[in-house]
Amino acid sequence: MLRIQIITIIASVAFLFLVFRMVVKGRLREEYSIIWLLFTGILVTFSFWEKGLLLVSNLFGVYLPANLVFTISIFIALVYLLHLSVVASKLQKQNKLLAQEMALMKIEIEKMKENIKSE
Amino acid sequence: MMNILIIIPCFNEQASLPRLISDLGNLELPEKYNVSICVVNDCSTDDTKQVARKLDVILIDLPVNLGIGGAVQSGLKYALLNNYDLAVQMDGDGQHPPAELQKMIACYEETGASLVIGSRFIIKEGFQSSFLRRLGITYFHWLNKFFTGKSIYDSTSGFRLFDKKAIQLGARYYPDDYPEPESLVFFSKAGLAIKETPVVMVHRNGGQSSIRSFTSFYYCVKVTLAMFFSFIRKP
Repeated sequence: MLRIQIITIIASVAFLFLVFRMVVKGRLREEYSIIWLLFTGILVTFSFWEKGLLLVSNLFGVYLPANLVFTISIFIALVYLLHLSVVASKLQKQNKLLAQEMALMKIEIEKMKENIKSE
Repeated sequence: MMNILIIIPCFNEQASLPRLISDLGNLELPEKYNVSICVVNDCSTDDTKQVARKLDVILIDLPVNLGIGGAVQSGLKYALLNNYDLAVQMDGDGQHPPAELQKMIACYEETGASLVIGSRFIIKEGFQSSFLRRLGITYFHWLNKFFTGKSIYDSTSGFRLFDKKAIQLGARYYPDDYPEPESLVFFSKAGLAIKETPVVMVHRNGGQSSIRSFTSFYYCVKVTLAMFFSFIRKP
């Protein structure tokens, strides 16, 4: 086994463990963990199966397997960042709605309190 | 009887608020109008909340800072909930003199427009603001003409009157930051009549404009984009 293989295996397994732990502790939601688990899994697979990367590179017509790894991982990172921006936008929208509802409700509560007092 | 809600979005306006409210209280409007004042405290860091508590106003106290758009929308939601006929948005810093409200209402009565904008630029009088700001406003005038087909001169003005239809639409959707020009595209696409009337504005008594120099480039880009997307979005 090559030295680089051992390093990637250790790194990706450690990463996998980290993701697992965060989901278990409730710091990472399951739906967001799927993508991390999936890609760590792929990383582990290719770490063991050294011919695999060469095979896939040939399939895509990529000369250097490393380029394939970079291209795919950068693309995936970009898509994931976009996804996170969408999530942030959604959260902001919900946050605004909640703040407004809460402020309007405070007025209703004040009104009710005064009604009770005057009765 | 017409019920008007005056919405005053406030971020750190403790200095100018008491005078504005007392000026509004002294305002003489035709008898059929019944005015209520609503202060929206957008999570001020000064004592705006305590100051507003002591005044005779409805206080919408936002738990987090939503920006001018979110604050105005809160007021519109309150107006919708409590069945107001008209809503007027007015700055909390004293930039919009209460006396000018009469002109807005007169314009509404005359034209029946759903949205009346108090404009600095139709007649040149009063506070005209700086060159760069005027340049920006000329740009937005052009942009508005392109997107709405209407000639609106002071599209960034935060002095506006909403009728029931506009209140309803605004309560449902209102942009968050720098909402004025974008909301014009939105309202215009929804088929509302928009009219502009000249008003006199004065230098602000205190507080800060939401548009400062280092952010003005961002402002232009953001608003242009927002107007574009509002334009292509299905209403």
